[in-house]
Amino acid sequence: MDFDLSPEEREFREEVRAFNAEHLPSAAERKKMGPAFFVEWWQLIREKRWVGFEWPRKYGGGGGSLMEQYVLKQEMLAARAPALGRDYTGLGWVGPAIIQFGNDEQCERYLPDILDSKSAWCTGYSEPGVGSDLASLRCRAVLDGDEYVVNGQKTWTSMAHHGTGLYCMVRSDPDVPKYDGISCLLIDLKSPGIEVRPIESFAGDHFAHLYNDVYFDNVRVPVANRVGEEGEGWAIICSALQRERSGIAEVNRHHEALERLIELAGNSRIAGKPALENDSLRRRLAAFDARIEASRLNGLRSLTRQLRENGADSEASINKLHNCDLLVAMAETGIELLGGASPYLGDSEASLYRGKWQIGALGWPTTVIGGGTPNVQKNIIAERMLGLPKD
Amino acid sequence: MNFGFTEEQDLLRREVRRFLDERCPLPEVRRIIETPSGYSEPLWKELGALGWLGLSVPEDLGGAGLSWLDLSVLLEETGRSLFPSPLIANTLAATALLELGSQEQKSRWLPGLCDGSRVGSPALIEESDIISVAGMQLRAEEDGDAWRLNGRKCQVLDPESANLFIVSFRTGAGPQDLALAVIEADEKGVSARSFPMIDASKRMGHLDLEDVRVDKSRILGDGGHAGPAIARLLDAGALAVTAEMAGAVDAALELSVAYAKERVQFEHPIGHFQGIKHPLAEIYVDAESFKSLLYYGAWCFDHRPEELPRYASLAKAYATEAFIRTGIDSIHIHGAMGFTTAHDIHLYFKRSKWARPIFGDAETHYERVLELRGL
Repeated sequence: MDFDLSPEEREFREEVRAFNAEHLPSAAERKKMGPAFFVEWWQLIREKRWVGFEWPRKYGGGGGSLMEQYVLKQEMLAARAPALGRDYTGLGWVGPAIIQFGNDEQCERYLPDILDSKSAWCTGYSEPGVGSDLASLRCRAVLDGDEYVVNGQKTWTSMAHHGTGLYCMVRSDPDVPKYDGISCLLIDLKSPGIEVRPIESFAGDHFAHLYNDVYFDNVRVPVANRVGEEGEGWAIICSALQRERSGIAEVNRHHEALERLIELAGNSRIAGKPALENDSLRRRLAAFDARIEASRLNGLRSLTRQLRENGADSEASINKLHNCDLLVAMAETGIELLGGASPYLGDSEASLYRGKWQIGALGWPTTVIGGGTPNVQKNIIAERMLGLPKD
Repeated sequence: MNFGFTEEQDLLRREVRRFLDERCPLPEVRRIIETPSGYSEPLWKELGALGWLGLSVPEDLGGAGLSWLDLSVLLEETGRSLFPSPLIANTLAATALLELGSQEQKSRWLPGLCDGSRVGSPALIEESDIISVAGMQLRAEEDGDAWRLNGRKCQVLDPESANLFIVSFRTGAGPQDLALAVIEADEKGVSARSFPMIDASKRMGHLDLEDVRVDKSRILGDGGHAGPAIARLLDAGALAVTAEMAGAVDAALELSVAYAKERVQFEHPIGHFQGIKHPLAEIYVDAESFKSLLYYGAWCFDHRPEELPRYASLAKAYATEAFIRTGIDSIHIHGAMGFTTAHDIHLYFKRSKWARPIFGDAETHYERVLELRGL
């Protein structure tokens, strides 16, 4: 064990720090610049090949090693820099799926736009009645000449109303076992026959519109847009899930959330006394600290395992559960500290802190349910790590 | 950056596990803990011969010259097998000598602690039950070139097996005005006794000192300002107990998973039901997570001492919560079988009750985490 960076890694860290010192304006300046800042930022980091830093260089990526990726992420988070590229989904799993399973033509057609922050990919996995049991998906694609004709529905499609393309899993063969009849299509969201309708969340208009239903009515998709072979969809899904990293960004967010919670506690009272003198609250705050730190270190263990074996690791699913627990529990502690003002929603005379803590307490399902419910995560751990029988 | 064990550490783990599986499996543990001393002197000597009693002591003083991380590996394995011995006590006594002793003091006592001819134990905690130097009020009076000690130490590990105690006492009114004395069990005025335990595989009790004269050659360090070193010793204790807890939680989880796979009810192994699966998954999550804190803390002991207090506390607090829960859930999963002495799981349940307060319970350490953050 050695938690110090190597001389080369330290040198790379200095390079990132120097870059940020030169090119990353203060929060106030950024605000003044508006959207122009992001355009410029994405251009600059694109030139450094820090967008798609982990992708191979021949596809336009940076070819960064795992440790360099870690250093880059850490430094960018520490500097509170914006995301490394705009197309989160494209960079996260659509691009990698195209690189691993697609052909040269698809690489040339799609990867540059992802790296240049021009595309905005969405994910078409879930359907009505198809959530945790993803392999039972029904959205149907029938081959007709050199096109698939797609009919059916996807749901919980984040940002489909602003998206350019849908990375979509479809049932191409209903007559084989469910895992073997799934194919992956890249669908232009402007195709005729697609309708996108918003899903209203219980948090109402206090949240930006995020989720949508997507309906397909005889949508024609060229066969050339299929990633991998017909029936290879499940392998692509599994590969994407394995690619999930150790969650450095989540841990960073939790560290910041705990700081804010402690600040709130410092300004709050429980039963007439300063909240920070309350033993139950103190214990909860420290327990959050322990779990956040454990997540951070789990992430480093996972990174080491990937460096050594380049294989799947258990720490990622462990951290997913911590992530869910922390989001819910810290959000609850937040509104609890508001006392009698906690039920007021929004920015009114009766509310505190413009209602921002209530938004956290209503908003966690986006992440906690959206990333696969904790109950399913526990099944996965019990079955894969502990070898218990499947349901 | 590398958060993994070395091949040597993996080898050490395998060797210790094989030795304990062969020489002290659970039936043997059950036999040993019924004996008056509660540990096996022949096995203890064998551990000495293998170099495991002085793992972090330099080779020229009789040890193996390894690190606290290696010690964590060893203690994880002794915790896993519930190996009954004064290993934690002896390790901490050796650590105190190593860190504070003069060359002469080290040469005088360390080889004996490493080869198993002596057993050491720290005597730090007092009746106040406060796990910090603030709780150490035992006063000594200066008497020429000696100190005279009067008072009682509590929660002393293996008091009747140990023949060399490392005793903290107050030398002045300042918060750090403390010293450590090396006191032998057969000296005049020294009496040590252990009491019946929930977990018979651990022995614990009082050390009473009645006008015990300690020559200044037996005071470790420069005498009066050992506060910070004693605080570090308490952190080492917390890490040592946490390492044993890590092994014990793993073993309890394995027993429970095995039972969940074999026990059939309602035409299914009970491990098929989510009511059984989920608590087992949660134990796994907690175990792997507090181990991350433990390993980092153990690494800090040698490499980043300034971070040791925070990570020792985070690790002990989280581990304590997790182990208590593991003990309770394991009994639930075993149903009535868990309540019998026929099945081994109860041994781990009882061990969790021992480990909870030793070198600080979760409340103590969570509170300290906040204090270290300035809250």
